[in-house]
Amino acid sequence: MDQTLVRMEGIEKHFAGVHALKGCRFDLRAGEVHALVGENGAGKSTMMKVLTGVYRKDEGSIVYKDREVQITDTRAAQKLGIGMIHQELNLAQDLTVAQNIFIGKEPRKKLRFLLDDKEMNKQTAILLKQMKLDIDPTTPVSELTVAKQQLVEIIKAISYDSQVLIMDEPTAALSDSEIDELFRMIAQLKEKGVGIVYISHRMAELKRITDRITVMRDGAYIDTVATKDISIDRIIAMMVGRDIYQPTRPDRQTSEQMEKVLEVRGLTRKNVLHDISFSLGKGEILGVAGLVGAGRTETARAIFGADPIDAGEIYVHGRKVRVTGPHQAVKNGIGYLSEDRKHYGCLLDMDVKTNVALAALGRFRSFLGFMNDKRLARVSDQIVEDLRVKTPGINQKLKFLSGGNQQKIIIGKWLTRDCDILIFDEPTRGIDIGAKNEIYKLLENLAAEGKSIIMISSELPEILRLSHRILVMCEGRITGELMNDHHASQERIMTYATDRFS
Amino acid sequence: MRITEIAGVKSKFAVQSGLQQLLAFGSLILLIIFFSIASSNFFQFSNLVGILLSTAVIGVLALGSTFVIVTGGIDLSVGTVMTLCSVMTGVFIAMWGLPVWVGIVGGLLTGAVCGFMSGLAIARLGIPPFIATLAMMMIAKGLALVISGTKPIYFTETPVFMKLSQGSLLGDIIPGFDIPNAVLVFFLAAIIGSVLLSRTIVGRYNFAIGSNEEATRLSGVNVRNWKIAIYSITGLFTGVAGILMASRLNSAQPSLGMGYELEAIAAVVIGGTSLSGGKGTIIGTVIGALIMSVLTNGLRILSVPPEWQTVVVGFVILLAVYADNLRRRKA
Repeated sequence: MDQTLVRMEGIEKHFAGVHALKGCRFDLRAGEVHALVGENGAGKSTMMKVLTGVYRKDEGSIVYKDREVQITDTRAAQKLGIGMIHQELNLAQDLTVAQNIFIGKEPRKKLRFLLDDKEMNKQTAILLKQMKLDIDPTTPVSELTVAKQQLVEIIKAISYDSQVLIMDEPTAALSDSEIDELFRMIAQLKEKGVGIVYISHRMAELKRITDRITVMRDGAYIDTVATKDISIDRIIAMMVGRDIYQPTRPDRQTSEQMEKVLEVRGLTRKNVLHDISFSLGKGEILGVAGLVGAGRTETARAIFGADPIDAGEIYVHGRKVRVTGPHQAVKNGIGYLSEDRKHYGCLLDMDVKTNVALAALGRFRSFLGFMNDKRLARVSDQIVEDLRVKTPGINQKLKFLSGGNQQKIIIGKWLTRDCDILIFDEPTRGIDIGAKNEIYKLLENLAAEGKSIIMISSELPEILRLSHRILVMCEGRITGELMNDHHASQERIMTYATDRFS
Repeated sequence: MRITEIAGVKSKFAVQSGLQQLLAFGSLILLIIFFSIASSNFFQFSNLVGILLSTAVIGVLALGSTFVIVTGGIDLSVGTVMTLCSVMTGVFIAMWGLPVWVGIVGGLLTGAVCGFMSGLAIARLGIPPFIATLAMMMIAKGLALVISGTKPIYFTETPVFMKLSQGSLLGDIIPGFDIPNAVLVFFLAAIIGSVLLSRTIVGRYNFAIGSNEEATRLSGVNVRNWKIAIYSITGLFTGVAGILMASRLNSAQPSLGMGYELEAIAAVVIGGTSLSGGKGTIIGTVIGALIMSVLTNGLRILSVPPEWQTVVVGFVILLAVYADNLRRRKA
């Protein structure tokens, strides 16, 4: 029972300028469920990507079954028997259960180029039966529920004779009864001696099925403890850590007298958002905290009209507005800065001035739709100067700018459009520390000028430093709202963020 | 320090990007020099005019196609829509006896409406451009045959219509300089297209959509409506091509048109416009179209059988796109 399967020690990993893993360690025994927890960006996924060969470690050792191994790519990990079940499912929707499980290792007939579907279905049926699952091997995956698909994914992983199984947020999309089924399967795997790494934000679950818990924070190893000896509060405290960095809280006026700029009532999107209601005052920075998958980005996109909503009302300056697409949100003065700058934020292949003007091109139009390029250049030059963007000029393509400067250009885009409600989704993601402070200052200045800001962030120090008021989301609901006064703390936010509804 | 570094990257990039334009133009010049040496019949005024004339119809089609291709879309219907425009012009002028200018406007509108319908299907119904315009290709082909009763419509009553492409305004002004009007129309269309694409708001959105459609949408641009507008512009150019075609043949031939769309796309691609969108120039397309007709003309003068001419054009397309890929990988 206590045989150690994997021992990772002194793992170091650097990404362009970021020290992602600082001498981390982790060990996994046969037949145990070992939780790996930490805030977003603590290094959990990076650690597991090192183990599964997605990333290569810079330094450190991995010992697998008493033998030091070099895991150079995902195939090597698979050969050793290390499998991972990702948060997003990786099944081919139009193929059957059996075809998915045996993809890449399909049984052949004597004539090698003919597939032996009979044999494949038979083997699949055996696997399914072992796991006590009542699924026909010939069912197309698209006809299964998300939960069943997840179980198929797990079977696919163990069909490689995996000894180590890494599950990344396996219950994120499951209902309670489905979670029970998953846990039953995990128990069976444990009995077979498989070691399971369980990554989850849900504290209650950890208590239920894990044997040990390892906590990581800011790319460093904190501690490993036996689950039965520790309280959930203690784990959260370890995840958040002592406040080394004391955030300077914004001094602010009382919000009661504040003019309401934006009000959202009962915003609902089936299975994603549930009855989201809140308001935003003039000159306020409203922080939105929560873990990955809490529905923060979805809320922002719903308000911005990027995704359809099933119910709910949006009021801008007290007037009810109908937002069916981003162009209408923009007309109402709402701007959205996506967490994924490269895909949803800017045109990387186009120059600075086009990106600055993109949301307001119509204003640079003169007679017959001709572009007034002189005025456009003047405005872009002004933005570059005001926001102190480091660029050789406004004709530079955006892909040659650093992340922080790209972000400034996108902020400039909304300023050019005169948006007074700005939704920032992870404004400092992928931006180095120096530039982060500049972005913070910019946000504070914007709020002081009377812009209203919703700031979604996974970094609690960031939330506590900038927000006047904080909303906490979990599973598509608002689970807490707090003023950012001396009562607000990372611990309190985390408690709300892990609040679980069924 | 950092800024000078970036500036270094930029100037290098600018050189490479200009290089591609030069590359296409250089290839055209090289081809002309090659054929001039290979045959004394090639570099003759009448032959060169012939090349330009044969470029006009495909060239105008390619100009229109450039717009949708820059958005990352495609229009497979331009060939048969062009025929439908010819037929409609024929119906208006030869069958209904309406004034020639009414027939021309009617032909242009036919093209614009077809483009508008394709755009509607793509932007509003969410049908992929390939499928939507494939359907439009069939619809236009069928309609052209139905409306004309599968027979050609001749413009015998209105000789002025023929002048539209075969006459020579320039030749009337400067004796001996007999460049047909069709060529003038082609160059005029190219200038208008170039201004539209590089100087107006439609062009700016055109590149924005092709570069990153979702980011453009999330910037509050009504991407759907602009796409419909862009497909309509393509349709309008197709209408111009249809009228040129009818005027040149002095008739509307309802069974022509299939396959022209692929030649137009080939010209656009040879001209350096990326099928994945976001990049492209009108001048590139003009050069691309010229390369194709210089090649066919030159090979014909060298007595290469037409079947083999097609094979050569196929290889040229491969070569052009491969050269473009090489450049992109470096950049």
